[in-house]
Amino acid sequence: MKNDLVLRVVAKLFTPFVLLFALYVQFHGELGPGGGFQAGVIAAAAVILYAIVFGLPAARRLVPDAIVESLMAIGVLIYAGVGVAGLLLGGAYLDYFVLDRDPVHGQERGIFWVEVGVAVTVSSVMLKIFSMFASRGHDPDE
Amino acid sequence: MVDHLPALQVVVPLMSAPVIVLLRRPAIAWLVATAACFAAFAIAVTLALTVAESGTVSYAIGSWEPPWGIEYRVDALSAFMLVLVAGTAALVMPYARRSVAAEVPEHQAYLFYAMYCLCVAGLLGMTITGDVFNVFVFLEISSLSTYVLIALGRGRRALLAALQYLIVGTIGATFYVIGIGLLYLVTGSLNFVDIAVQLEGVTEKRPVLAALAFITVGLGLKLALFPLHQWLPNAYAYAPSVVTTFLAATATKVSVYVLVRFYFLVFAPLQALEGVPVGAVLVALSAAAILAMSLVAVFQPDLKRMFAYSSVAQIGYITLGLGVANEAALTGSLAHLVNHGVTKCALFLLVGGIVVRGGDTSFASLAGLGRRMPWTSFGIVIAGLSLIGVPATAGFTSKWYLIAGAVEQGSWWIVALLVAGSLIAVAYVWRFVEVAYLAPAPAGAAVHEPPWSMRIPQAVAVALCVVLGLFTAFNVGYARRAVDLLLGGSQ
Amino acid sequence: MGHYAYFVAIFLMVAGLYITIARGNLVKKLVGLSIFQTSVYLLYIAPGKLIGATAPIVAPQFTTYSNPLPHVLILTAIVVGVATLALGLALVVRIREAYGSIEEDQILAQDQDGDGADASR
Repeated sequence: MKNDLVLRVVAKLFTPFVLLFALYVQFHGELGPGGGFQAGVIAAAAVILYAIVFGLPAARRLVPDAIVESLMAIGVLIYAGVGVAGLLLGGAYLDYFVLDRDPVHGQERGIFWVEVGVAVTVSSVMLKIFSMFASRGHDPDE
Repeated sequence: MVDHLPALQVVVPLMSAPVIVLLRRPAIAWLVATAACFAAFAIAVTLALTVAESGTVSYAIGSWEPPWGIEYRVDALSAFMLVLVAGTAALVMPYARRSVAAEVPEHQAYLFYAMYCLCVAGLLGMTITGDVFNVFVFLEISSLSTYVLIALGRGRRALLAALQYLIVGTIGATFYVIGIGLLYLVTGSLNFVDIAVQLEGVTEKRPVLAALAFITVGLGLKLALFPLHQWLPNAYAYAPSVVTTFLAATATKVSVYVLVRFYFLVFAPLQALEGVPVGAVLVALSAAAILAMSLVAVFQPDLKRMFAYSSVAQIGYITLGLGVANEAALTGSLAHLVNHGVTKCALFLLVGGIVVRGGDTSFASLAGLGRRMPWTSFGIVIAGLSLIGVPATAGFTSKWYLIAGAVEQGSWWIVALLVAGSLIAVAYVWRFVEVAYLAPAPAGAAVHEPPWSMRIPQAVAVALCVVLGLFTAFNVGYARRAVDLLLGGSQ
Repeated sequence: MGHYAYFVAIFLMVAGLYITIARGNLVKKLVGLSIFQTSVYLLYIAPGKLIGATAPIVAPQFTTYSNPLPHVLILTAIVVGVATLALGLALVVRIREAYGSIEEDQILAQDQDGDGADASR
């Protein structure tokens, strides 16, 4: 597909806008439909679009496999880490009230970091699922 | 930190899974997983002792008070289950190092341990949470990791078994969600205690009956209630030995626990459900399970499959006690959760030792095992005695209470059924004894027991089969406390 | 016809279950499972909408909002559904490689023929 001029140009034009939209959805989760899961899927879709048009090896150079696998774990650890931070600061597990002097601001902070964790994990998982399915049949020993 | 133990109970195994994914080496993965499981066991024992002293512990996640927030609730019943799940997880881990090295490819070992930790976290979460939707979330966490664990078994049939379990398990979980959705529509709450309170004021019977039906079938698929058990023999037979051991001892038991919670703390006190023959249906299905599945077990060509069908029959014993539902029968059911868990854990640990040393568990290749692996065969015989329910073993204590409950209700046919089940169990345990001790060993076979790291957990599990039959403070004592909680709540 | 949403949900539920049970192709079974799970989403969200209420996002000009709790529950259920579908499809890919087919009857026939012979992973 990378030999098709229209696809190549349009994919390259689209990808940054899709990523920007993913970030928009991520940070506007409490103000409109959105949040971590949706943003993660949109971000993964951007990279998958790139992978479909330019081929999986090109996408792998863009986002290496090892990084994708590590991001999956790191996202979960960020989420659980917010919970543990609540524990260490004196509240219950996943307590957002204690994350800042002002409880309301603490809630915002907690939600923000939890959604970041979710987005990181979801985008890397979606990308990993795609690359695992797409590379099947080419690497028979996986 | 001690007040936060309910949260840490789930968080410790849950966080160890991504840590294992980051540290890829199999040896380190095993180390982290073992540490997490032992920590979880220590937390479970502490919680059980706390509950025994000072009663129910309630922990509000995120400091949102129930019923608005999710509550982790440790009472006598859930403490009982926590110790069972965490104890099995911890017991199996030292054994897992050699067993997993023999059955799972090395580049996937770290994924195995990560999924194992997630499964443990999911089961512990299901046990400890007081919110019905949270039960679904943890149910799916444990189920999805179980599907992966089963698929890591050797041979292509493991894949098919995992897919079959996936389809059936997802239908079950979705039925459960439909059931709690109906409960939410009727009561507006998702907290176990609060739903029970709100249901008192509900006048329409139909949504509540529908919810009861959906939840029963959904959880019945998960706990392998006859005739919803078709996934279990394949899943147990083709999964790696560690997985079979862990699942046989815990996964179905936790689903039984959730069902018990719903029946006795949410639905039973309702006047609106008087006359619905839930008990009779459960008793009928359990009777079918005990008789049919024990008979099928006798004719299996493979040791693992035989014990898998035996598991379905033993779950029939547990649900039989739930159907009879008087104090003695319920004590027997709850005690059987632990007794059967320990017995099957011992059996599958020993069978895994056979796999590590020989590779095949079909009866044809087990000839003369008594000479080739004397301690393993002896262990299987002892655990088999517990399965039958011989006095001085763990299995006897729960069957005794079940018979007492049946006598109290006046249902002599149930007593006959329980005795018949034990007799058929004698038949299939005898099959093993006959092949291991009475068939000649192949020429040149030397004594070759599994390595010590596997033998010690096996010995502990077999010893527990006997110890729990003689010192019943944990299994029966806690079961009694839990039954007081359950039946006391319905007054 | 106030129960319009429930009729649709039940129809999807039964259709999904029928596909899962009746179709032999493994991918179709998973599709049926997905449809079945979708019906549950509808079952939760439709009753959450209050007549005359807006979406559950705080805005100064509105006073009544639809119930946000079903939305949260269903987001979780959707993620679980996606994960299950992905896992199921991965298993189907592996089964295709091991058995050469994704039709259930052909796979079971192969298992019965080569009983005990565990082929390549």
